[in-house]
Amino acid sequence: MTADVTQVNSEIIRAENIVMKFGALTALRGVSLDLKRGEILGILGDNGAGKSTLMKIITGFQAPTEGQLFIDGQAVQLRSVDHARSLGIECVYQDLALANGLSIFHNMFLNREIVYPGPFRLLNNRAMRRRTQELLDEIGVHVPSVDLPVERLSGGQRQAIAVARAVNSNARVLLLDEPLAAMGAREAGLIIDLILRLKAKGSLSIIMIMHNYAQTLEIADRIMLMQRGAVTYENHAAATSVPELMEIVRREYRSMRNPASA
Amino acid sequence: MATTGVTQPVRRSSTGVLLESVLKWREISILLVAVLLIAYFEAENRDFLLTSASLENLSQFIAPAAIISFGEIMLMIGGEIDLSAGMIFAFAPFVMHFAVVAGMPAPVGLLLALLASGLIGVVNGVVTLFLRVPSFVTTLGTMFLLNGLTLTLSAGTPVDVPGSPGFQAFFGHWGYSEICWAIVIGLMMHVLLRNTRWGLHTVASGGNPHGAAETGINVRRLKIGNFILSAVLSGFVGILEGCRISSVDPQAGGSQIMFLAVASGVIGGTSLAGGSGTIIGGLIGATVLGVLNDGFTLIGINAFTFNIILGAAILIAMVFNIHMTRLSRLGGAR
Repeated sequence: MTADVTQVNSEIIRAENIVMKFGALTALRGVSLDLKRGEILGILGDNGAGKSTLMKIITGFQAPTEGQLFIDGQAVQLRSVDHARSLGIECVYQDLALANGLSIFHNMFLNREIVYPGPFRLLNNRAMRRRTQELLDEIGVHVPSVDLPVERLSGGQRQAIAVARAVNSNARVLLLDEPLAAMGAREAGLIIDLILRLKAKGSLSIIMIMHNYAQTLEIADRIMLMQRGAVTYENHAAATSVPELMEIVRREYRSMRNPASA
Repeated sequence: MATTGVTQPVRRSSTGVLLESVLKWREISILLVAVLLIAYFEAENRDFLLTSASLENLSQFIAPAAIISFGEIMLMIGGEIDLSAGMIFAFAPFVMHFAVVAGMPAPVGLLLALLASGLIGVVNGVVTLFLRVPSFVTTLGTMFLLNGLTLTLSAGTPVDVPGSPGFQAFFGHWGYSEICWAIVIGLMMHVLLRNTRWGLHTVASGGNPHGAAETGINVRRLKIGNFILSAVLSGFVGILEGCRISSVDPQAGGSQIMFLAVASGVIGGTSLAGGSGTIIGGLIGATVLGVLNDGFTLIGINAFTFNIILGAAILIAMVFNIHMTRLSRLGGAR
């Protein structure tokens, strides 16, 4: 299935046989994954399938019990989130990590603020405002004013700001945790457009954790189905369909309830 | 994107002017209250403002609460509080006193007192952030602890203020010294909150602590720093007040001044839940309380009435703060 015959060297992330144990609980039982430059990988699965754990390992939040991670073909042990970030891996969490009372441009530069030279390192709001406007224009996100506090934005706009912030930090790999969760169709459409525009720029690879099969097949180049800590299915999005994915999941449920007949 | 009703208010304030004006109006309305109160008391009693003595008196009521409120506001914006501030106020001048008794010059004693205050801030911060005790409880503990310590060290008796007359005049004895300190410190704190990464991160960590940590902000370091700041300011005000009344009293300050400072912040628009607040608001809040207290004293209303008014003012300010933003948003949607 993973017949990367054409461009082996275009691979940006590879994970081999990742095992993650929390005491007696095994959250991941030997998961392998690869992501190519400019590719969008959608990871599907139920709650507890191990998607978030896998995500935390790739962002350096947790170290795996077993297994090896490769970035640009080099074996790496991620020491921390900052370490992963320094290698160009950025994550947009579901809570978006936005400070509600602060303006869009302050959020965009949160903890990476532009400051004036000098001993007091005062905030250069003018530069941050201008850069934010440029960046949002560049990726096609429209807000009335970058001075607005993010609490006054809609869910979709907030998600867009969080994604834009991750992109702004020179991310090469973007991890999106349920980017379309709790969003109406129109809002979801905005984010899907944004993700596709980012992909079109070519420099960014994206891993998305998703729930909705149809949306995932629409955006992703490749999909991975995770069940009970293992990858049970993997294919190019164009080569599979929602009914096929549903059938695989149904089969799994049946075998869980009635192991003898499986 | 801007076709639904939800985005309409956003569109209306496209220059950010609406929100700015709401936030500014909040402070201006409190300032207006202060001006009206001054006008009222001036009409009731000709001597309220326009004699130097009463103006001086007023400034001396405002300054201590204002300076302590600056530290409390930084903490409250981050979602914390320091109940021990008033006891640090009482403790710090004794550190200075004992340092001078031990043979050190007064300025060195002052620095040692501020250092000791800072250490109490470190204790407050470390217990709150590393041992995960809510700051309300941590500082409640250090409040009693310090009070007992100050009373024990001083044997419950006031002592003289050390230092030359010039030193004392500079640090509080001259009539307008305290208000000058309040304004200078206030300006510095305003810049710290509004124009530095420290201030921005304080607001972020109060509004979304988890999110702030995810962006790599060291929330613990930030909050411990603000505990230290609050403690040092409180200790400094204790010394200013000691110099002003030419006596270091172990019973000075206490919970009364701390609650006045917290009330100043709250009346000035700082949210106790964290995430928003201004230094200027604290100065205006302290002014309102100062005018009320001074005015009632001059027209002969007693201290009991003052507390009734103070309580009502805090409640009204809080209800106003919580519902103002919501109302302005609803208003904009139409």
